[in-house]
Amino acid sequence: MSEPLLTVRGVETWYGNIVALKGVDLDVREGEIVTLIGANGAGKSTMMMTICGAPRARSGSIRFAGLEISQMPTHEIARLRIAQSPEGRRIFPRMTVYENLQMGAAIDKFAHFDDDLERMFTLFPRLKDRARQRGGTLSGGEQQMLAIARALMSRPRLLLLDEPSLGLAPIIVRQIFQIIRELNHREGLTVFLVEQNAFHALRLAHRGYVMVNGLITMSGSGEDLLARPEVRAAYLEGGH
Amino acid sequence: MGAKPTDAAPAFFSAEAIGGAFRAALVAAGLAFPILALRAEPDLNNQLVLLNRWPLLLWAAGIVFVGHLAAQIPHVGRILKWALFAGCTLVLVWILAGVANSNLPLRGKIALFTLIAASGFFGLLIAAPCAPGTPFHDFQKRARAFAGKIVGPIGIVALFAFPLVMLWTLGPGGSLKWINNYGVQILIYVMLGWGLNIVVGLAGLLDLGYVAFYAVGAYAYALLSTHFGLSFWLCLPLAGILAAFWGIILGFPVLRLRGDYLAIVTLAFGEIIRLVLINWTDVTNGNAGLSSIPRITFFGLPFTAADNGFAASFGLEFSPIHRNIFLFYLILCLALLTNVATLRLRRLPIGRAWEALREDEIACRSLGINTTSTKLTAFALGAMFGGFAGSFFAVRQGFVNPDSFTFLESATILAVVVLGGMGSQIGVALAAAAMIGGTEILRELDLLKAIFGPDFDPAQYRMLIFGFAMVAMMIWKPRGLVSSREPSIFLKTRKSVSASHVREGHG
Ligand SMILES: Nc1ncnc2c1ncn2[C@@H]1O[C@H](COP(=O)(O)OP(=O)(O)O)[C@@H](O)[C@H]1O
Ligand SMILES: [Mg+2]
Repeated sequence: MSEPLLTVRGVETWYGNIVALKGVDLDVREGEIVTLIGANGAGKSTMMMTICGAPRARSGSIRFAGLEISQMPTHEIARLRIAQSPEGRRIFPRMTVYENLQMGAAIDKFAHFDDDLERMFTLFPRLKDRARQRGGTLSGGEQQMLAIARALMSRPRLLLLDEPSLGLAPIIVRQIFQIIRELNHREGLTVFLVEQNAFHALRLAHRGYVMVNGLITMSGSGEDLLARPEVRAAYLEGGH
Repeated sequence: MGAKPTDAAPAFFSAEAIGGAFRAALVAAGLAFPILALRAEPDLNNQLVLLNRWPLLLWAAGIVFVGHLAAQIPHVGRILKWALFAGCTLVLVWILAGVANSNLPLRGKIALFTLIAASGFFGLLIAAPCAPGTPFHDFQKRARAFAGKIVGPIGIVALFAFPLVMLWTLGPGGSLKWINNYGVQILIYVMLGWGLNIVVGLAGLLDLGYVAFYAVGAYAYALLSTHFGLSFWLCLPLAGILAAFWGIILGFPVLRLRGDYLAIVTLAFGEIIRLVLINWTDVTNGNAGLSSIPRITFFGLPFTAADNGFAASFGLEFSPIHRNIFLFYLILCLALLTNVATLRLRRLPIGRAWEALREDEIACRSLGINTTSTKLTAFALGAMFGGFAGSFFAVRQGFVNPDSFTFLESATILAVVVLGGMGSQIGVALAAAAMIGGTEILRELDLLKAIFGPDFDPAQYRMLIFGFAMVAMMIWKPRGLVSSREPSIFLKTRKSVSASHVREGHG
């Protein structure tokens, strides 16, 4: 089998003298949805941000499409078409929905902005209704949709999503996960999904990794992990 | 926030309200004690003696007491608004009476009177604090939208007409003050405000040392023209480039800084430039400054009484006003250039990147924006316009020294931007007119002299008044005079598809 799209090997990330990732290995293959689940503070967001180069990995290697990216500046990593919807969404609150989407298309110099805008408005009709509204005045679910749409505007080869379900009503979470599934199914979009909501994430993903205190402790297919008693005990029962 | 239930506030003139006012007066007296009650003054033997000024302290405490009580009057906000409105009306009538009684030629009187009356009453009409929901309020809304649309073009036409109208109505002697003290002086700050607005308003980088670039531009013109005999039109771009270069020099070390840290470093940068200007005496002549800088010419024709001068060449009678009118048009064009460039940049990817940078730097990077170069271009372009303004300053004064480039200048320019509403072009222009024009008006208010005695110099109270104005703004309009941000559409993507999307939705 050919090299995976993203290969993470032995990555350690430190915040000052605190270690957050203690040597992580994981792979994301082209066309897959891979999820990383774990408790609060396990290091999931750190993993995602390390892929983007902020913070930088202290040791280990991160390869994307055959390129070593662990020492690249963040904006150059983004130009390799790794797009992310970061933790907390980080949309531009005082800019309109339309302008937020424009920022997503910045790396392509807006070459296919109009077509992509049309596509986003079909995927997320609510954004179309709110095109002139300021990002900061959207509801949580709409902000999440905007964050994903903004990431998709760059036509990513790999989409990184950090807890898209955070703070959203279950029906909105289902909608958003449905859209991710469709994108993957129809367009073969590769997705790396960080979640605490393990049940939904594992049902959606082809494969999953479980992170505890900066280390991967389990991995396997989504169904496989869902069926394991350790996973059920730690992440599923007791509410999600 | 919102309407608070009336029963939550203590009833007007209840014991509670009076007690609250009393406490406030005590606090005010305590705070003001060292400032108002004590004063050290040299006596006849030139020794400092401590005077006490208890009545002043009592007055202050009394004013706070009454003010605190007055704030409890029901609907005090509405009453104040109407009082302000009535005050503005009185001022307008007062100005009109002044015009009518002045010794202007009749044609000037009529022209000025009609102009001020028409615009003044239109302004009052749309600014009247009518309660929302009344039919008149709806009319006001439409009138305001209309005024918003026409204010730009009309303002530009009015500005171009201004010096000629002044000359025509007041004659060469009378119009000098208006064209120079008001016109040119305000426009310099409009330009500086617009330049700084790129850095602070658009890119969100708080720069407290902007005057450094103004200084670089001024000294660049002074040195290049005196030593190398270069003309103003050649020095202008060179000064801009030099200032931009220094903008990048400042930009590099502060790339990682934001907010307060950035502000402190830029403040230090402004001081460093000024200290260099003071101490590098071989080049800058230190505190004494550089004088006999070549004055502005009309594309080669000097503004002198000589035979080859501007007046003689155009068959006019010589008057110093010609130079001032030319300077007015020059700074007006430079300011408009700054404005057009900013508006244009805002619609280009770089301008959008500045605004995104102001909102969220991390998100910017993850979208593939090179934040380093984005910040450096903001510093460089802002500095360039500061440099242009600096060379204009030098060519206007014919003399530069470091005293013109103190921190107070940076603070004034920043105040213009903040008062104007960060990022709003028209707001910045209005704020510059209010602050700089206000200073000039204060200088002239003989009325106050009549009240407070002949040694009263109202201009000395400038900072106090600005302070009050700032505090009042922060309370009532915390985002500046013009706080709404116009969404901008890219130049590149104006296909019908995107336009139709943009029209939909409300917000
Ligand atoms: N900017 C930071 N500075 C210092 N420590 C951090 C920072 N961000 C995260 N951490 C620490 O790193 C660990 C992993 O955090 P994070 O990756 O956010 O976890 P998760 O996303 O799994 O909840 C936590 O112990 C957290 O306190
Ligand atoms: Mg997290």
